[in-house]
Amino acid sequence: MKPFRILKSNFLESFKGVFRNFSLSIASITCITITLILVGFSIFVTLNVNNFTAEIEKDMTIVVFLDRKASDEDIDAIKEKIESLDNIKKITFNSKEDVKKSMQKESEIFNTILSEYTESNNPLQDSFLIKVEDINRIGDTANEIQTIEKITLVKYGEGSVEELVKIFDLVKKITYIAVVALVIVTAFLISNTIKITIQSRKREIEIRRLVGASNAFIRQPFFFEGIIIGFLGSIIPIAICCFGYSYLYERLGGKLFTEIIRLIDPKAINYMVMVALVVIGVVVGALGSFRAVRKYLKV
Amino acid sequence: MQLIEFKNVYKRYQNGVSALCDVNLEISKGEFVFIIGESGSGKSTIIKLLYRQEKPTSGEVFVGGINVARLRNGKVYKLRRKLGVVFQDYKLLPKLTVYENVAFALEIYGLKKSEVRRRTLEALEQVGLKDKLRSFPDELAGGEQQRVSIARAIVNNPKVLICDEPTGNLDPKTSMEVMRVIESINNDLGTTVIMATHDEKIVNKMKKRVVVIDKGLVVDDTMKGKYKNETI
Repeated sequence: MKPFRILKSNFLESFKGVFRNFSLSIASITCITITLILVGFSIFVTLNVNNFTAEIEKDMTIVVFLDRKASDEDIDAIKEKIESLDNIKKITFNSKEDVKKSMQKESEIFNTILSEYTESNNPLQDSFLIKVEDINRIGDTANEIQTIEKITLVKYGEGSVEELVKIFDLVKKITYIAVVALVIVTAFLISNTIKITIQSRKREIEIRRLVGASNAFIRQPFFFEGIIIGFLGSIIPIAICCFGYSYLYERLGGKLFTEIIRLIDPKAINYMVMVALVVIGVVVGALGSFRAVRKYLKV
Repeated sequence: MQLIEFKNVYKRYQNGVSALCDVNLEISKGEFVFIIGESGSGKSTIIKLLYRQEKPTSGEVFVGGINVARLRNGKVYKLRRKLGVVFQDYKLLPKLTVYENVAFALEIYGLKKSEVRRRTLEALEQVGLKDKLRSFPDELAGGEQQRVSIARAIVNNPKVLICDEPTGNLDPKTSMEVMRVIESINNDLGTTVIMATHDEKIVNKMKKRVVVIDKGLVVDDTMKGKYKNETI
């Protein structure tokens, strides 16, 4: 009962602490608010960049054209051989008939020209469409496929793909580093702000020590205060970032400049970002307070 | 073993000042002891060693069975729960009322609200401030503020009441009032009182044990002592 009562009274005490030192609390809350807005903003940018690159990478395909003389057995054998390679995610067979049909559908001209050919004299080639697991190794995989017999051509957009993958990787890394760096900066900034605000409560801490409070006891209310401040500080960033993003999404119709760059639906990520911002605010606030009090516990 | 023992205590501060030199002192339960001496004589250092604001450079200090010299920072609270400390500058929290300031010292024990109330009122009654519960410290006179801090010091029933120049900021009349309060605590509750002071009148009037410190040495230790100018 006793520890619980102490915990409870310290928890209530922390609310008093926030409001009794309101102007100082506002300083800490504002500091958290500003940095969390930046963090939230960068999280949205990161998620969208990642989503965009993932979408593009998903579309990258190796096309394997087969020898015209390949029999059905040969085709099965080739398929098996390709499947046995690593880094193969999905393989689909596209017979020349299928290709013909889909081309006929595409335009009237193709339709009239291609309808003259029968199955035996179809000028098109059977092909496999292959998706890979790791886009960075697409070149190696294509080379391996090239060595299989009865394959005439392997295409995957050489050159341009490698460049694109490299750029995407770099962009991803930069956005990750930016988010992590921002969180660290936030932690330091908040810790220092709280340290300054606690300066004025040095006397309170000193007297607590003198009347026989243990260090853990003294820290408790400050710890809770940090949590409260972190929580309050994350409300405005959540509102700005999540509503702002939803609004932007609606205004832009879900895409940025062109149809290729699609934005993530805010419904899918808003909750995650909300939770992330609250957690960052609370954890950083609590740790900042915890660290800030330490200095005064040596009297 | 006595309640308080100093054994060959030396204290040298970081800046090289030697404050205490081979101090040996024993204080038993229920005593009322004045520690007197000029500014810089080392009497404040003795007080600070008692509540472990400072650690001795060498030698041992025992308070209620606790070896203060060996007490780690994280365990200091165990010592301080046995003590009440009163300062020259009261050290009250300006944003708390008289009642809250005293109850503040009980918070750490996790007592029931009714128990906190009972003991807080008891302590305030002992110092004669039961009618000022809701006042804030800056609404009180100096002597009253000091009595609040005494109430805070005794609210947890300490074995020892340590006073560091408690009358230093008060006029002679108020000083005597405060001394009456401290004496009553010594008489009524049997609390051991150790007081550092350089108030000649008080020492002479109270006729208690007097320990004289000069240049870090105990130069005199007499029962029913007086403040003799020739000794210091």
